[in-house]
Amino acid sequence: MQTPADVGAIDPAVLVDDLVVRFDETLAVGGVSFAVAPGEVFGLLGPNGAGKTTTIRVLTTLLPPTSGRALVAGHDVLGESLAVRASIGYIPQAISVDGALTAWENLDFYARVTGVPGRERKQRIAQAIESMNLHAMLDRLARTLSGGMLRRLEIATALLNQPAVLFLDEPTVGLDPSARRMVWEHLGALRAEVGTTILVTTHLMEEAERYCERLAIMDMGRLVEQGEPAALLERHGTESLEEVFTAGTGRTIEEQEGRLSDVRAQRRTARRLG
Amino acid sequence: MSAHSAALPAGSASGPSSPDARSGAGGLFSAQGLRALGGGAYAMAQSELRKLRHDHLDIITRSVQPLLWLFIFGTALSHTRSLTLGHLEYRAYLAPGVMAQAAMFIAIFFGLAVIWERDVGQLQRLLATPLPRTAIVLGKAVGACVRALVQALLLLVVIAAAGIDVRWNLGGVLGTLALLMLGTAGFACMSMLLAAAVKERERFMGIGQLIMMPLFFASSALYPLNVMPGWLHVIARVNPLTYEVQGLRQMLVGVGGAGELWLDFLVVGGFLLLMLAAATRAYPKAIL
Repeated sequence: MQTPADVGAIDPAVLVDDLVVRFDETLAVGGVSFAVAPGEVFGLLGPNGAGKTTTIRVLTTLLPPTSGRALVAGHDVLGESLAVRASIGYIPQAISVDGALTAWENLDFYARVTGVPGRERKQRIAQAIESMNLHAMLDRLARTLSGGMLRRLEIATALLNQPAVLFLDEPTVGLDPSARRMVWEHLGALRAEVGTTILVTTHLMEEAERYCERLAIMDMGRLVEQGEPAALLERHGTESLEEVFTAGTGRTIEEQEGRLSDVRAQRRTARRLG
Repeated sequence: MSAHSAALPAGSASGPSSPDARSGAGGLFSAQGLRALGGGAYAMAQSELRKLRHDHLDIITRSVQPLLWLFIFGTALSHTRSLTLGHLEYRAYLAPGVMAQAAMFIAIFFGLAVIWERDVGQLQRLLATPLPRTAIVLGKAVGACVRALVQALLLLVVIAAAGIDVRWNLGGVLGTLALLMLGTAGFACMSMLLAAAVKERERFMGIGQLIMMPLFFASSALYPLNVMPGWLHVIARVNPLTYEVQGLRQMLVGVGGAGELWLDFLVVGGFLLLMLAAATRAYPKAIL
């Protein structure tokens, strides 16, 4: 009854059906549909401004959709937003741990605010420390940690409520190559051990190809292509996802360097839109 | 894409918190809602205490300004004898005003600066947790209260050490701290509301000053209402800081302003509820 290729046949961890998000005149997401199978690492790939972050915000109940439907862990983001929020972990692009607290204090804080029962708090924190390998940094103030360590700490804080789905918005932005690889390896290990569904956005084609099991390519609020990376390459008879993107959109995806200004520009846009 | 799968079971790893959370959708005043409210506020207050422990210097540098008001301005003005305060020394009259002002400064800057500079990602995350929106705003306000409380205790120690003529009775001091916390939470919520309206981080400091100094001068913090010109008197009458100072003064030095203590608590408490409700509506949307 279930075939791995057809995620529609099993209960998806995330289901997005003809999602539209409009801010005044701007169409941020214009009719996007996709499904993510439980335990899958699913990538939303596209340039800045493609609508990836807006999609994640709908799925994490931060933004109501203008039309269409979205289910996360079986719950509707509009009608059952509290149940959705209890089933997810979310790591936005902006730093979400408190630099003035130690790594351990950040874990304790997030355990308390994500509704981890008091008697399980200690054990859950210990598990998260173990899975992200944070032992050496527990007593350090978060602002003294490197970018890669910060991301691992953030991921650990998002695991405490044992989320069914983990959302990460551009988790490797601003990291050097070895830190990026380490973040991906930890995410892969998490998925292998616990089976957490992971939905990640990225504008880095190479990372998407290497680490995501399935991809949806977005551009200007629309879904251009979706499928397994290898299948996408084969379908277009190309060697790289850049070419898949170009075949789907008629444009090239610019690799954007100068990450800080990138993040700033995105935040500014987001603030204006929100 | 299958778009017709209607009721799907919850994800297997969603943890024990999700079924209760669904029933807790009943509202803020359900047992679940209140527990989340208390737990969230507690976690945020605890975080502020921890931050203070990592950086003691902050609270000390912030206490310099109120002490300057008290000991430079207060001492100078008490020599001019321009205010008729009976046999009350001016510095004793001023002490409650300075305490209220110092707490208000903390509250307003806490809302404006700290959250926008440091917590943008953190707030997005908090909004995606099962915490009620009110708990997030209230938790931030409680965080400001923790800072204000530590500073108030510090100021009280200095006031006692300087021998300023304050009535030291336990009820008065506890009442003072309670009213101060209500006011601080109210001003913290007000500044979050302001942050939601202003949106540009760079403008906050200016706006903060613009709001704080008039609130301070148009209150009974420095001088009694009856020395004010008529128009200022009207503004001072609707300024919650006036009632906060009057209440503190009555409890700490035994001088009632024009109002009575219950009215002071009522106005400051009402101000808090109003600001909490407004900030809960406006603030989480603006932060995205």
